[in-house]
Amino acid sequence: MIEENLSLLLVALPLVAAPITALLPAGRLPWLSALVVTWLSLVLASWQLWVVADGSSISYELGGWAPPWGIEYRIDALNALVALIVAGIGAITLPYALRSVAKEVPEHQTPYFYAAFLLCFDGLLGIAQTGDIFNLFVFLEISSLSSYALISMGQKRQALTAAYQYLIMGTIGATFLLIGIGLVYAETGTLNMGDLHNRLPSILDHRTVHTAFAFMLVGISLKLALFPLHLWLPNAYTYAPSAITVFLAATATKVAVYVMLRTVFTVFSNQFIQVTPTEVVFLLLGMAGILYASVAAIYQPDAKRLLAYSSIAQIGYMVLGIGLGSALGLTATIVHVFNHALMKGALFMALGALVYRTGSTRMNQIQGLGRQMPWTFAAIFIAGLSLIGVPGTAGFISKWYLVLAAIEQQSWLIAIIILTGSLLAVAYMWNLIETLFFQPMTPRAEPVREAPISMLVPMWLLVIANIWFGLDTGLTVGIAETVVQLLGVNGQ
Amino acid sequence: MIDFIVGHYNYWIVILLMMIGFYTVISRGNLIKKIAGLNIFQTSVFLLYISIGNVREATTPIIADGFTEYSNPLPHVLILTAIVVGVSTTALGLALVVRIREAYGSIEEDDIHYKDEDASL
Repeated sequence: MIEENLSLLLVALPLVAAPITALLPAGRLPWLSALVVTWLSLVLASWQLWVVADGSSISYELGGWAPPWGIEYRIDALNALVALIVAGIGAITLPYALRSVAKEVPEHQTPYFYAAFLLCFDGLLGIAQTGDIFNLFVFLEISSLSSYALISMGQKRQALTAAYQYLIMGTIGATFLLIGIGLVYAETGTLNMGDLHNRLPSILDHRTVHTAFAFMLVGISLKLALFPLHLWLPNAYTYAPSAITVFLAATATKVAVYVMLRTVFTVFSNQFIQVTPTEVVFLLLGMAGILYASVAAIYQPDAKRLLAYSSIAQIGYMVLGIGLGSALGLTATIVHVFNHALMKGALFMALGALVYRTGSTRMNQIQGLGRQMPWTFAAIFIAGLSLIGVPGTAGFISKWYLVLAAIEQQSWLIAIIILTGSLLAVAYMWNLIETLFFQPMTPRAEPVREAPISMLVPMWLLVIANIWFGLDTGLTVGIAETVVQLLGVNGQ
Repeated sequence: MIDFIVGHYNYWIVILLMMIGFYTVISRGNLIKKIAGLNIFQTSVFLLYISIGNVREATTPIIADGFTEYSNPLPHVLILTAIVVGVSTTALGLALVVRIREAYGSIEEDDIHYKDEDASL
């Protein structure tokens, strides 16, 4: 019974739980409700991935309406992997959130905070699950609207302007996507992604189809924070409550990469990409993004902001993998989506621990804290190595595949840019490490203690995952290769 | 040529509204005006969808004797959902503006930027 309805349950459960959570009395109950829901979702998402890991797919017809008329949830290895990332990060963020949120969000707001969190969680899961492109837009807006509200709950007043800025840019992006969907619908009369995939090839030379593709690409790039459409991201990540930064940094942009892959390869097709300059655009923006954002990260006066710029650079790597257009490149993108969720999750959790103890992540406020919070510092150090791409960590695997993909096509320039990006990552991570460990401590009335255990355990689980997936690549690379087959991109 | 312009008049209106809305969002510094621009921008897309659903020489999609051609009702239904999304976005945006005004005492982008610069010094 559960297995038949697995795909729907994963979306329905948080959606039903969100309003109930909003009605619970303030305190620990809303947190407990969200905790139970996210862990149940993690179980369902793992189960789902286990079912489709062999390359098969699940088709679920909503309300018994046969596709392409009804909404279909079509789950293959890619959907299941993205759903697992979202559910996994959600489940690991919540134990962490208890202390962090209690410190940063007023207690009377907790029911609304966790309700909005569940809605955001649900929207992201819905995007991963659905096989209907208009349904995808609706879930995108559910997750976006709730994330604007969550970001605005940050302690500083800049959180409000950051949320407002994100709202304006996010809505423009979503509306662009909506225009694209409308034009595609006008041309084909269908909204089902699989059906679109079959119908679009015969009309690929129509100008409306090209216009629709351009609108959708720009719209998704805004949500993805692809350079130069990244302006909302640094403020949103810097001023959001720490637990929300962890969750959004590790999931929201990853889901946007998924939407990009689905749109480019499933709705349109690899054949369409070959006749348009899409790959060149991705390559140029990816390379520019890596260089610009990595250099910008070096000069940030705030640690959260530094990592936000680093996220923009990492998005550049993911887009570069799509732009290379080969099976290896896409494998690198998908593995990096997974690995980047692990490293940014761990790093932002560590910064959240600094905020918990000192109330700030400004460089001049956190000097020398590494010696007083050794576990938090060690987590930043190891996750930082993974971000740089040192062998033995997860970050190395994805960069290795990306460099291989570039060399395979003899694009030496791209390979050099990837390595330069890694060197720049050494520079900005060293900035953070040096500030935390080697600089004299800011004078304080009393010494700073290590973060509470409920924050350290989730942080270290992610750190260990960073090492685990750096040594055992069977799961990540295996699934990525299955996905690449499904997307219809062949090796050279 | 004239036929093309007149025959597509609702699409011209869509493009005009879209540009007015988009330009307002980009050019205005007043946070409320930005939201108004965003609304116009979204409304133009609603019109686009409804125009797509129209079938020439067809009736409204209600089954009745003697009629065989109906306009496509699906885009209308889709756009109902998008209208709901638009309303929620506007409500959330305006709520944020209220909070911004409480925190900064202004809803002009330049003022707010200036006050944040001041605070960080």
